[in-house]
Amino acid sequence: MEENVHTAVADTLQKAVEKSQDTGWLMHHILDSRELDFEPFGTIHLPEIYLFGMDISITKHVVFIWLAFILLVVLFRIAAKSYKTNKSPKGLANFLEILIIFVRDEIAKPTIGKGYEKFLPYLLTAFFFILTCNFLGLIPYGSTATSNIAVTATLAILSFFVIQIGGMMKNGSIGYFKGLIPHGVPAWIIPIMAVVELLGLFTKPFALAIRLFANMTAGHIVILALMGLIFILNTYVVAPVSIAFALFIYLLEILVALIQAYIFTMLSSLFIGMAVHQDH
Amino acid sequence: MVSMLNIALIAFASGAQGSLLDVNPGLIFWTVITFVLLLLILKKIAWKPILSSLSERENFIRESLEKAEAAQNETQKLLEENKSRLAKADEEAKIIVAQSKEHAQSLKTQILDQSKQEAKSMIDAAASEIERRNQEAFNSLKEQVASIAVEAAEKILRETLDKDKKQNLVDKYMKDLSKN
Repeated sequence: MEENVHTAVADTLQKAVEKSQDTGWLMHHILDSRELDFEPFGTIHLPEIYLFGMDISITKHVVFIWLAFILLVVLFRIAAKSYKTNKSPKGLANFLEILIIFVRDEIAKPTIGKGYEKFLPYLLTAFFFILTCNFLGLIPYGSTATSNIAVTATLAILSFFVIQIGGMMKNGSIGYFKGLIPHGVPAWIIPIMAVVELLGLFTKPFALAIRLFANMTAGHIVILALMGLIFILNTYVVAPVSIAFALFIYLLEILVALIQAYIFTMLSSLFIGMAVHQDH
Repeated sequence: MVSMLNIALIAFASGAQGSLLDVNPGLIFWTVITFVLLLLILKKIAWKPILSSLSERENFIRESLEKAEAAQNETQKLLEENKSRLAKADEEAKIIVAQSKEHAQSLKTQILDQSKQEAKSMIDAAASEIERRNQEAFNSLKEQVASIAVEAAEKILRETLDKDKKQNLVDKYMKDLSKN
């Protein structure tokens, strides 16, 4: 009897797992993996590396952040070199300059104000890194590293450190924590405010991480779901509709890729500004 | 017991598929390394040179604009100065012309007056001279007439009449002459 129950549970689980594996193809495109797929040309298996017992294997998303790294270094090397030869930029340098000026004048300057130059390298790097990662996910065989929560969380934690260190460098570490509590609140409310403000320090980067991750994941899932509709309904009739919608979502994703890079940088800059100038 | 293991294995297998919220520590490690390296490299090769040349160019443009504006202001000022100077010179020229006209007028009347005066005095002088000459001529004529008369009387006295008789006559003539 007991044996029967066990087999029944095992069967159900087996079925459930098999069913869930039906969505494997979808998750396969979104999740990290140990290999690079170039179907139908084959797959490249990535090396597994262990350091002090920690699994630091090269995965698909690692490859894509490296790709973004190489791309950015090469592009900016070319752009920076063109400044040495002539004063007014052309082509690539001109395009990159527009983005740099955008980050400087629309993001860093108004949100941080005085002393924004110190944070500009971090903000520019974050902006271009996220932007490049976002766009790498939109090319064929590409994968969005920024749709991995580990990547976005790491970026958010780096932002967190920059915000805290920036605040402490300006106000002193004690002055910074004192300044977290607004002036003129009644004495009995200070303990509550301290807890709330301390929590606020951590919710900010948490929101940054989740926002970027969710935005970059959602578009891909919608596109894949629209494509899956063709196979689930098992008819060609739905294909034009699916493709049209997928194309629309794809175009939307281009917009989202830009907007999310902007928002991540903008909010990081805003939080830096709040930490640096606590009095307002 | 075997089936329990089976269930656990199946559950593990389904978990191995992974979920969206799985956090891979290796990926965190690589992300930190990559991002920090990217930050350092880009700071050196890109942000510093590009941002400095950007601000350099912005300063250059601002300075050029300021210079151009200053030059324009200067030109405007010079132009206005020139204009005012020209107007002043014009005014001065007008004054000079008017003054010289006035001067010439007064000079003219003065000269005219003077010459009139001179002419008058010359005329007066001439008239008095004429008068004087007339007087002189008349006097000499009178003397000549007297001498002629004396001579004539002498002749008459010598040739014809006796002395005493004719003395009275001569006196009488003399008296007549001196009356004239």
